[in-house]
Amino acid sequence: MLAQDDFFLAPGIEWFHLGPVIALVSGALVLLVVGALTPRWPRGLYAYVTALTAAVAGGLAVFNWNDITDDGVSTLVGGALAFDTFAQMITITVCAATLLVALVTDDELRRAGKDGPEVYALFLIAATGAVVMGSANDLILLFLGLETLSLALYVLAASDRERPTSQEAGIKYFVLGGFASAFFLYGIALIYGGTQSTNIGEIIGSFQTSVLLDGKDTLVLAGIALLIVGLGFKVAAVPFHMWTPDVYQGAPTNVTAFMASVGKAGAFAAMLRVLVIALPFHRDDWRPAIWVLAVLSLVIGSVLAVVQTDVKRMLAYSSISHAGFILVGVEAAGHNAGELAPGDGMPSVLTYLLLYSVLTVGSFAVVSLVARNNGGDTSLDAFKGLAQRRPTIALALTVFLLAQAGVPLTSGFIAKWGVIQAAVEEESYAIAIIAMVAAVVAAFLYLRIMVSTWLETGAESTEREAVPFSTGVAVFSAAAFTLLIGVWPGWLLDAAESVTTYAK
Amino acid sequence: MQAVVLAAVVPTTTYYLVLSAALFGIGATGLLVRRNPLIMFMCIELMLNAVNVTFVALAVRFGNIDGQTAVFFVLVVAAAEVVVGLGIIISILRRRPGATADDLAELKG
Repeated sequence: MLAQDDFFLAPGIEWFHLGPVIALVSGALVLLVVGALTPRWPRGLYAYVTALTAAVAGGLAVFNWNDITDDGVSTLVGGALAFDTFAQMITITVCAATLLVALVTDDELRRAGKDGPEVYALFLIAATGAVVMGSANDLILLFLGLETLSLALYVLAASDRERPTSQEAGIKYFVLGGFASAFFLYGIALIYGGTQSTNIGEIIGSFQTSVLLDGKDTLVLAGIALLIVGLGFKVAAVPFHMWTPDVYQGAPTNVTAFMASVGKAGAFAAMLRVLVIALPFHRDDWRPAIWVLAVLSLVIGSVLAVVQTDVKRMLAYSSISHAGFILVGVEAAGHNAGELAPGDGMPSVLTYLLLYSVLTVGSFAVVSLVARNNGGDTSLDAFKGLAQRRPTIALALTVFLLAQAGVPLTSGFIAKWGVIQAAVEEESYAIAIIAMVAAVVAAFLYLRIMVSTWLETGAESTEREAVPFSTGVAVFSAAAFTLLIGVWPGWLLDAAESVTTYAK
Repeated sequence: MQAVVLAAVVPTTTYYLVLSAALFGIGATGLLVRRNPLIMFMCIELMLNAVNVTFVALAVRFGNIDGQTAVFFVLVVAAAEVVVGLGIIISILRRRPGATADDLAELKG
C-alpha cells in the first residue's frame, strides 16, 4: 500500500529566495503574452526587456548570496530546491550570459527583419531551466530543469526557418538530446531503485544509514553509469560530442553563443549536483569515468579543432576542449567530495564556467558581425583583412581568442590555472600535464584565426562590417571583463572559494 | 494441470525491471538503426516510457510515492517533447518531403 497521510501540510514557499527563477519566468511570460497581444514593439524593446529581466534575476541572486553568507544554507519548497552559494553562482553566470546574448540577438534579428518576442522568451525559458538545474535538490526536478533548457534550445537551434542548415541542426540536436535525456532519466530511476528516494538529501542519508547489500549497490552503479552518459552528452564531452560541431555550425550564431554559455553552465551545474553533492559515497566509482572523459575531450577537441576551416566549427571543437578542462576540475573535486574541506575543485569549475561563458559569447558575437557582412559565411576566409576594415573589432576578437588560449593577463588564464592547480593539489599529475599539452595544441587553432584576421588581406570588394550599438556594447563589455579579471581576479576567486557548504 | 502452475507464477519487481530494460533497449536500438525521423522520434518516446515502468515498479515495491509522482512529470515532459519534435520534423518535411536522417547531411567537416 502507498503511504497515506491523514493530514497534508503544504510546503512553505520562500518567495523572495525564489526571486531569480520568478523574475526569469515572469519576463518570459510578459514577452509571450504582452508581445502576442500588442503590435510590434518599437525597435530593440524586446531585447532590452530580456536584458533587464536577466539583470534583475542576477541582482536578486546577489541579494540571495548575501542572505546565505549571513544565515547559512537551507532548502526551499519542502526540500525541492537547494538555497546555497553554488546555486547563486550558477544563476549569476546564466543571467550574465543571457544578458549579453540578448544584446547580440537584437541586431541579428532586426537586420533579418525577424524581430519578435518568441526567440527572447525562449532564451529566458532556457535560462530558467539552467538556473533550476543549478539549484535542484531533487533528481526529478533536475530532470525537469534539464528538459526545460533542452526543449527551448532545440527550438532555438531550428529557429532560422529560412536556412535548411538551421533546421538540420535543430533535428540533430533534438534526436541526440532526447536520446541523452532518456539515458539520464533511466539513471535517475535506477538511483531511485538503489536508494528509495529521488531527493538528494535523502539519497545521501540512505548511504549514511544503510548497510550496503550486494544487489542494492548494482542498481546505484548502473544508475551512475547512465547518468554520466546523459550528462556527457549535455556537456559535449568526447565520446558523446558528435552533435556539437554540426549543431554549433548550423544554429544561428546568437543561439550558438547561448548554447555554448548557458547550456554548458547548466549541464555542468547538474553534473556537480549529481556526482559531487549527491553521490560522494561513490566518488571512487565515478571519478575514473570522469578522468577518461576529460582526457578524451582535451585531446580530441584540441586536435580536431586545428584541422577545421569554418570558424564556428572551430569554436565548437574548442568548446569541447574547454569541456575537457572543466572536467579536469570536476575530477579534482571528486577526490574529496562529501568531505568538510571540499578542496579547490568546485570553486575552480564555477570560476571557469563564469569566465568561459562571457568569453564564448564575446567570440560568437564577433563571428556574427563578420558573418552578417558576408552573407552568412563563417569560413576562415571571411575573417581575412578584418583588422584593416575594423581594427577595434579585430582587437576584441584577439582578446577573446588569447583568453580562450589561456594567455596570462586575460580571464582565460585564471580559469585554466584554477582547474590545473586544483588537479595538481589532488596529485592528479597525469591529467594536469595532458591539460597543459592540450592547451598548447589548442593555442595553434586560435593563432590561425588571429593570423587570418591580422596578417592576411581580404578581397578588395569586401565592405566594412557594420557594428550596431547593442552588439558593440556586448562585445566591449565582454572584452573589458576578460581583461579586468585577467589583471584583478582576486574578488572573483574569493567569491568562488566561499562556495564550500551545500544545502542538501 | 499445466495452466494452474502458470497462473501461480506471481510477477515480481524483477520481471518489470527486465521488461523495462528490454523496452529501453528496443528504443535505443531503433533510434540507432532507423532512418525515418518520425520513427526515431517514436523510439525516444519508447525509451522514456520504458523508464516509467521502472519508476512504477520500484514505487510499488518500496511502498512510497516518489516513483509514481516522477511518472507524472515524465509524462508531461514527453508531451512537451512531442510538441517540439513534431514541430521541427514537420518544418523539415514541408521543405523536403520524404527526407530521411541520411538526407540531412549538409553540415559536416
